[in-house]
Amino acid sequence: MCRLSAITSSEYFSPMENVMALNTMKEGHDGSGLGLVLRDLGGDFKELKRYPILSGIASREGLAELDTFMSGLGFREVHCWEPDIDGRAPEPELGRRDHYFAKAYEYPVDIQKRPQAEKEELLLDARLALRELGEEDESIFVFSFYPDTVTLKEVGDPLELGRFFRLDDGKLKARIILAQGRQNTNYDIYLYACHPFFLQGYCTMTNGENTAFVPIMEFLTSRDFPGYMGYNSDSEVFAHILHYTQRQLGYPLTYYKDVITPLAEKEIDARKDAEALRLIRRSLRPLCIDGPNCVIGFVPDGTVFMVQDAKKLRPGIVGGVPGKYALMSEECGLDEAVPKRDQREDFSPMKYDMAIIRPGASELVRWSQLTP
Amino acid sequence: MDAATILDNNHELSLREFPYIIRWRDDRCTRCGRCTTVCPVNAIEPAPHVHRRIYSEGSAPNPKAEREIVHVVKQVTDVDRYCTGCGACTLVCPNEAIEPEYNPRHKLLTYKNKGGVPFRRGGRRNDPSTSTVDQLKFTRISMLTDPALDAGRHEFRIRTLLGRNLPPEALPLRKRGDRLVVSKTHERGQAENGHTAHGFIPPVREIYPIRIGSMSIGALSPHMWEGLAMGVAYLNEVEGMPVVMCTGEGGMPPRLLKSRFAKYFILQIASGYFGWDEIVHAIPEMTEDPAGIEIKYGQGAKPGDGGLLMAYKVLRLIAQIRGVPEFVDLASPPTHQTKYSIEEAVAKMIQSMSMAWGFRVPVYPKISGTKTAMAVLNNLARNPYASALCIDGEDGGTGAAYNVSMDKMGHPIASNIRDCYLDLVAQGKQNELPLIAAGGMGKTGNLAANAAAMIMLGASAVDTGKHIMQAAAWCFGDEYNRCNLCNTGRCPRGITTQDPKLYRRLDPDKVAERVVEVFKSADVELRKIFAPLGRSTELPIGMSDALGVADQSIAERLRISYVC
Repeated sequence: MCRLSAITSSEYFSPMENVMALNTMKEGHDGSGLGLVLRDLGGDFKELKRYPILSGIASREGLAELDTFMSGLGFREVHCWEPDIDGRAPEPELGRRDHYFAKAYEYPVDIQKRPQAEKEELLLDARLALRELGEEDESIFVFSFYPDTVTLKEVGDPLELGRFFRLDDGKLKARIILAQGRQNTNYDIYLYACHPFFLQGYCTMTNGENTAFVPIMEFLTSRDFPGYMGYNSDSEVFAHILHYTQRQLGYPLTYYKDVITPLAEKEIDARKDAEALRLIRRSLRPLCIDGPNCVIGFVPDGTVFMVQDAKKLRPGIVGGVPGKYALMSEECGLDEAVPKRDQREDFSPMKYDMAIIRPGASELVRWSQLTP
Repeated sequence: MDAATILDNNHELSLREFPYIIRWRDDRCTRCGRCTTVCPVNAIEPAPHVHRRIYSEGSAPNPKAEREIVHVVKQVTDVDRYCTGCGACTLVCPNEAIEPEYNPRHKLLTYKNKGGVPFRRGGRRNDPSTSTVDQLKFTRISMLTDPALDAGRHEFRIRTLLGRNLPPEALPLRKRGDRLVVSKTHERGQAENGHTAHGFIPPVREIYPIRIGSMSIGALSPHMWEGLAMGVAYLNEVEGMPVVMCTGEGGMPPRLLKSRFAKYFILQIASGYFGWDEIVHAIPEMTEDPAGIEIKYGQGAKPGDGGLLMAYKVLRLIAQIRGVPEFVDLASPPTHQTKYSIEEAVAKMIQSMSMAWGFRVPVYPKISGTKTAMAVLNNLARNPYASALCIDGEDGGTGAAYNVSMDKMGHPIASNIRDCYLDLVAQGKQNELPLIAAGGMGKTGNLAANAAAMIMLGASAVDTGKHIMQAAAWCFGDEYNRCNLCNTGRCPRGITTQDPKLYRRLDPDKVAERVVEVFKSADVELRKIFAPLGRSTELPIGMSDALGVADQSIAERLRISYVC
């Protein structure tokens, strides 16, 4: 089962904190991979928040192709982060790749004054085109292309990878970091199958198995949105459901929970928004996840959340102190990330619950679907 | 006397031509006469036989011949009185002296056309082979990464939606604080991309995914129909299972129509419009809306054919409910007389029926399985008032049809539903227009498994008819042309007859009890299927990754896994 480690803080912190937490949970993952998404960036990117950042991996030839493609679209590179590889640390399982990168770009001139939605469309199209360009020969992997966001994924033990990339060198920092230590159960080791999954500011990572994967995938791919693709992992649909309900349909965050784990008809009656909820439940019926899954994610404004369904027998846990909260799949990870906290305030969301931490990480909000 | 014509019996059939041959045991028979009385087709009759007996009396052999008259039970060789193998004779025999035996080498179809009239019967397709649906297995078993659920203790919501679901993009919602509310009607937009019609929110019912398919009062005996209705009411009101049943063409008793039970019924309108005068007049006095309105355009068992209720079935009760004179043939034409284009017929009819109940009742068409189903589907997909599409496959049943229609016409349900579902997926409308699969559900007794398989191929619900007749009313019929006498009005079980002497054999309470047992056991079986798949909250509609079949061509055609 994948191990999940998310931290949200009012201060910038190093992704190594997440990796250390993952390491305490090592019993549950086989060290087959590490996925990291950093949002609200500090370090090198602290002053570059308005520039979209392309994160990925490329071979030497792939990078040249990528650069040509990007300049062809009119993007101008303003900063490039590449990890300062520690030569003494063990190499990743599948060998060291030529380039790990996060490149910040200035938008093409003709798009700079266009609305945000139009910019996001361009970023998505560019990322999908790059993915297509390099997917077959694995010369290019691109994980995200969005402002104030960096994604890093690699096959291998998370702690060893953290050292290999020197994640504690202070160049990569953020206020929100999602990290996943991969337990490779269902699929070949493949970077595009590695969580967290990110799409236009919406991001999730998951553990468990998604029994309803096929109907959900079919529903999403038939929404006529080019970003709903990939699905190398059944967990990718969780990120896309979040994107669909929040960005495309404009629902408030708590409705994500109502969509993926819908209430029964009788339970809906007790809600003030019963009429709307009933319509949502019917129209979004194929997006019920039916689990067992624990989902941790964030939305563009920096709100972080955790939900799970009724079948999740080993729930995740949320805890922390004002200014820093951690959302972990195991309690030992929470102890590592925020040791000095009041454990009595720790919260394991059950089948109706959603744990929500707003930007700034000032408090943990416990929301229940049964709230009238 | 012309010896040749007498001795060779040249123009008669031999018993070997008949599908069932009566095995009668002289030594066991008490000559009580029950078997010959009960036989619905008079295939057997008491007959005197003259036996020549040789006997001897005294101490020395002294053979003498004696002629004696013996009463026997004889099978007739008149093709119009062929033994249907129903076995009513066996059922009533106190001494196990009689039994029909299937004759696989029979030539019934060769001769059953006397007077130039082709073979007509009731029942189903005479094809005992395993249907495609019955070959499907559930091969995705949750185990360690996603532990299987406990079918006995986990909470399952085995429900489906009857009615059109708006696409999420078209829901008339707006934000009020951190909650969503439904916009007022006047705030809603005009029709957009066919999604909505002036802010119309279609009616939707939450029902049990196995329904009792359309069987009319008229085709069914009053006791049978009453038993089904009581069973359905009990399932809803006592067991909490929202099972609905369809009336078939011919209306329903006005008193029931005006009762609170009306909500458990789908009213069917077909090309004869029988019963609708009474229904329309009852509308002002109805206290509950019906579960839905089914517009029948076709039937899987006899595609392209109309319906016929024979005059001898049109007794006073039926005549009153249908609003017709007694003892006249009631023919439903093969097509609706108003129909000169799909737009005209389907769209107008759906809107008319919707309007009759103030747009509060789901209205949908039922068609027979056909290669052209997708054309109908796509028409409905663009009609915001169409609530579903019911497709009735070739394994469906009927009360009366030509044998050739039943045996040779029609389309298997599995690929028809799968094609339609995938077509909807391609358009992103798979959740908007529910597909209802009918025809052959429970053909070999696997009602829950068949239903689950169809759901995973893309159906939202299934209909069962013949299975319920067999399971709840002990119908003799099978795919070896056993009984299948529904069209004659001589149903030996009292299921499809209007003859009080026959239908009094059937106890409505016992039928109701069996209906409840059948649905409760199917519910347990559905849990036993869904639990290992890890599904419990919503019906696994289109969860095709759970299906496997040991036939590569079926797997390719249905786009499911080939397993062996």
